[in-house]
Amino acid sequence: MTSDFELSLFVFMLATFLGLEIIRRVSPLLHTPLMSLTNAISAIAVVGSILVAGKQESPLSTVLGTVAVTCSMINIVGGYLITYRMLKMFKKSGAGKR
Amino acid sequence: MIDKVIPLIYLAAAASFILALKWLSAVHTARRGVIVGVVGMALAVGGTLLRPEIVSYRWIAVAFVLGTIIGVPMAMMPMTAVPQRTALSHAFGALAAALVGTAEFYLRTPKIDSFTMSALTLEVLLGFLTFTASLMAFGKLQDILPTRPITYRGQNVVNLVLLGLAVLAGVMLVASPARTWLFPVFGTFALAFGVLLIIPIGGADMPTVISLLNSYAGLSACAMGFVLDNRLLIIAGALDGSSGLILSIIMCRAMNRSFANVLFGAFGQVQASSALTEERIVRNATPEEAAPILASARLVIVVPGYGMAVAQAQHKVRELFDTLTKLGVEVKFAIHPVAGRMPGHMNVLLAEADIPYDRLVEMDEVNSDFAQADVALVIGANDVTNPAARHDTTSPIYGMPILDVDKARTVMVIKRSMSPGFAGIDNELYYMDRTLMVFGDAKAVVGNLVKELAAGAATR
Repeated sequence: MTSDFELSLFVFMLATFLGLEIIRRVSPLLHTPLMSLTNAISAIAVVGSILVAGKQESPLSTVLGTVAVTCSMINIVGGYLITYRMLKMFKKSGAGKR
Repeated sequence: MIDKVIPLIYLAAAASFILALKWLSAVHTARRGVIVGVVGMALAVGGTLLRPEIVSYRWIAVAFVLGTIIGVPMAMMPMTAVPQRTALSHAFGALAAALVGTAEFYLRTPKIDSFTMSALTLEVLLGFLTFTASLMAFGKLQDILPTRPITYRGQNVVNLVLLGLAVLAGVMLVASPARTWLFPVFGTFALAFGVLLIIPIGGADMPTVISLLNSYAGLSACAMGFVLDNRLLIIAGALDGSSGLILSIIMCRAMNRSFANVLFGAFGQVQASSALTEERIVRNATPEEAAPILASARLVIVVPGYGMAVAQAQHKVRELFDTLTKLGVEVKFAIHPVAGRMPGHMNVLLAEADIPYDRLVEMDEVNSDFAQADVALVIGANDVTNPAARHDTTSPIYGMPILDVDKARTVMVIKRSMSPGFAGIDNELYYMDRTLMVFGDAKAVVGNLVKELAAGAATR
């Protein structure tokens, strides 16, 4: 096993535990926005997609990469926008009605 | 020079994602969380575009425009459509990961070491199966496909064999990545498994399944991080993976079921066929009769369920909330974790209708209040209110935590008909002496209640 790969496994392990600790603290009230936000964050696949689409090593990889960038972009734009929209709806009592 | 800067940009992006999720923990910091999340994503995309490997921006630009054109309307969907929208976006996320994995495989094979190939196999397997599974979930939530679980003999065996074949093909690819012919076979197995996995799953199990697919999509991106040796992807993917995992555990607990039971149990099918159709007496009431009881109450606890979402009754419920509040009645909303079709579904619907979020109370907190409540008003919820879950050991929902609606002085149930709920189980709540059934469409009934209350207030 290369040391890079090993280091990556440690990063993965730590990030998972960190994620579990952070997410446990999220109020159930916000579980739907949580899911749309994590969905937007997992569109980080855009990084790999851009590389594949931009390297232009073969026609196949360029096509697959372009589709992948499109899919990721849908989730980035859609995910953050809808999360923000949802959160704007949460109002406390007495905080002026629309 | 730029090679030294990009890792730092990625590091900042990873930190932003962690902060984004941390700030999402409370309503007053949540919006800040979204903004820092956007910053993180902008850093990640910007940093990647700077990388020297990229020789052409043409197709990337096209994809950015296309993605934005499709993404914006997907963000503008009404809140009632949020479950299916979420399923669809899981499909897009998973497809992106699977396609990148596929492209990487054909670019690198056969010069690919076995660790990288293992990660790539996992990325593609999770990506493709989550893609079709999410599309199936979307179809069920959108009512394109039947919502009832579809089962057949030997279903679990077929599913496990298919998964086994996919894993076997994956292992063979890891052993010798030069077998390019095997890759499409492997991909097809993964795609097919995703479809078959969701076929036996019914609507009420969607909260768990959507959470699980959320987790898979994240883990797929995470595996991509191992393939590309990119730790930003690993961190972001792991955060998403653990989030989906926690949500699915919460959903399973709220139904007193295990993962295996949700995925392979085909809940609701067996019970539906054996449900008793014995005639029992119910007390029904018209909105005219129900309104004065609400008006004279001190505390009313509203229990919303999926039926409220289907009837789009949330805005009428807000009117009822306003009218009762004006009459001096305290109104709370009791939210069961699995009410609706995804985690937190009821909260966003009620928030959309401008009901203040401090009125939305979680199950554990609200259950002690039912004993003091004059009226528990059940709108489109069923199984989560069934007292059989507490005492009837033969009931399929025995042991599931429920809202203690039956402890209220009067229980009012707004329901379309006497048909049993999703699990196909009769709800004994409906036959109690203290229960009044108000039959009709939730939106219409709540609307009539508001009218009656307003008329009553005027004559008083």
